[in-house]
Amino acid sequence: MSAVSFQSVCKSYPTPRGPLHALQGVSLEIEEGEFFGLLGPNGAGKTTLISILAGLARATSGRVSVLGHDVQGDFAGARQRLGVVPQELVFDPFFNVRETLRLQSGYFGVKNNDAWIDELLHGLGLADKAGANMRQLSGGMKRRVLVAQALVHKPPIIVLDEPTAGVDVELRQTLWQFVARLNKQGHTVLLTTHYLEEAEALCTRLAMLKSGQVVALARTSELLAQASTNVLRFKTDDALPPALAAMARVTGRVAQLPAQDAAEIERHLAVLRAAGVRVEDVEIRKADLEDVFLNVMAAPAREHAA
Amino acid sequence: MTGWQMLLYKEVLRFWKVGFQTVAAPVLTAVLYLLIFGHVLEDHVKVYGSIGYTAFLIPGLVMMSVLQNAFANSSSSLIQSKIMGNLVFILLTPLSHRAWFIAYVGSSVLRGLLVGLGVFAVTCAFAAPQFAAPLWIVAFAVLGATLLATLGLIAGLWADKFDQMATFQNFIIMPMTFLSGVFYSIQSLPPFWRQVSQLNPIFYMIDGFRHGFFGVSDVSPWLSLAIVGSACALLALLALHLLRTGYKIRN
Repeated sequence: MSAVSFQSVCKSYPTPRGPLHALQGVSLEIEEGEFFGLLGPNGAGKTTLISILAGLARATSGRVSVLGHDVQGDFAGARQRLGVVPQELVFDPFFNVRETLRLQSGYFGVKNNDAWIDELLHGLGLADKAGANMRQLSGGMKRRVLVAQALVHKPPIIVLDEPTAGVDVELRQTLWQFVARLNKQGHTVLLTTHYLEEAEALCTRLAMLKSGQVVALARTSELLAQASTNVLRFKTDDALPPALAAMARVTGRVAQLPAQDAAEIERHLAVLRAAGVRVEDVEIRKADLEDVFLNVMAAPAREHAA
Repeated sequence: MTGWQMLLYKEVLRFWKVGFQTVAAPVLTAVLYLLIFGHVLEDHVKVYGSIGYTAFLIPGLVMMSVLQNAFANSSSSLIQSKIMGNLVFILLTPLSHRAWFIAYVGSSVLRGLLVGLGVFAVTCAFAAPQFAAPLWIVAFAVLGATLLATLGLIAGLWADKFDQMATFQNFIIMPMTFLSGVFYSIQSLPPFWRQVSQLNPIFYMIDGFRHGFFGVSDVSPWLSLAIVGSACALLALLALHLLRTGYKIRN
């Protein structure tokens, strides 16, 4: 049985300019124990898909189930098995950290949960904040509480919706160590993120969403293998010749050019030399997930079978 | 505690933690009304022939406080949670629409009754209370609080912004409570306004509640009970339906 199953999920919102199709027939199966990544640009439908899974929104059509429990027909069974870390940094200002966690635990019917709550507080570096009111916590600390709240009923499936957006390096490390440990213990993890290096490092399988459709779905290693094998990276203050500018990824002074093999790298360098472009810090690296992502997103969208 | 008990406990804790605002302040407001109207009118007005104005006013003020606070509790809790975004923590749980209803309405009834008790305790100093038929007192206090708590729940689900909620409170709840016979017996009104008052369900709550103290009222307490009870049942069904379908909270 799949941990999470999305079958032809569609979602449209009515707008003054006609219906907006946020999801157009998304089908995905996430197996138990997987660390699954859901990637895509803003507005691709990642959060909509997560919201439907969590019961915060309803699909216009299609079916979603959690370990066999339909998220509509058996919402209690499905939600009991899900731990969702919402994207927005929300909190209830009436309570302190421990109260927040005890309440959340109670909503799921888990009694006398202090041992696990202590473990969560410790594992997420919140032990000394247990008595602090939610209002007094920094953004990073609030984010940790959100993670603890999602895990307080020991759900077999953990859903993290962009948990590291605007989060400092230390918390990212703590968070990923903690989540990776839970994954090793058998928890299924579904992650959406904009940080592709995180997805590459953590996820065993990935789906890429674009305009509400799955445009890539494969093991991370297979996706990486699809990429052009090398990237020529250098810094320059000069403008690139037009032939190279079309294929280059430019970030400030850094330019990156895809290249299949050594001969193509030499051709790139020859074009640069001929154009009189001065380059520094030249390096050749293996293509990474970001390159794959940009390729996939640049490809024209498949026609959706209506 | 099971899930719904925890949500009920959280909702009680929410107002109790700021009890100075949610319980003590409304008691003070009601006592100010009593001081002012009682002082001005005590020597000029007798109601139902023999009842002094202060004694007449006290049950009205108690009930008005019960109703307004029951409404304020569920409506403000929901709108705050919606706007702060922390309603998501409850939306993510397996709690059913019945659990939501019991928690939001139950906590609001409790707050309404606590404020009512507070107002009653303080106002006892101004006029010795009578208890002609105490069961009516309890029945109308609980039913009235439930009705307004349910209405607050519906308003909290409906409103997207604080100003919409303020509009609802200022243009519907306040006029309905003030024009329900809190401060006067509707027998003293011209026939037209008497008829208008009889269309206001809050009139029956206050009239029936007052009957419990004095044994006299503008209409029969059984009629009031029937009207308040059916209005309460109708609103509860509506609220349960809205919660079950996720009206404005699950899109």
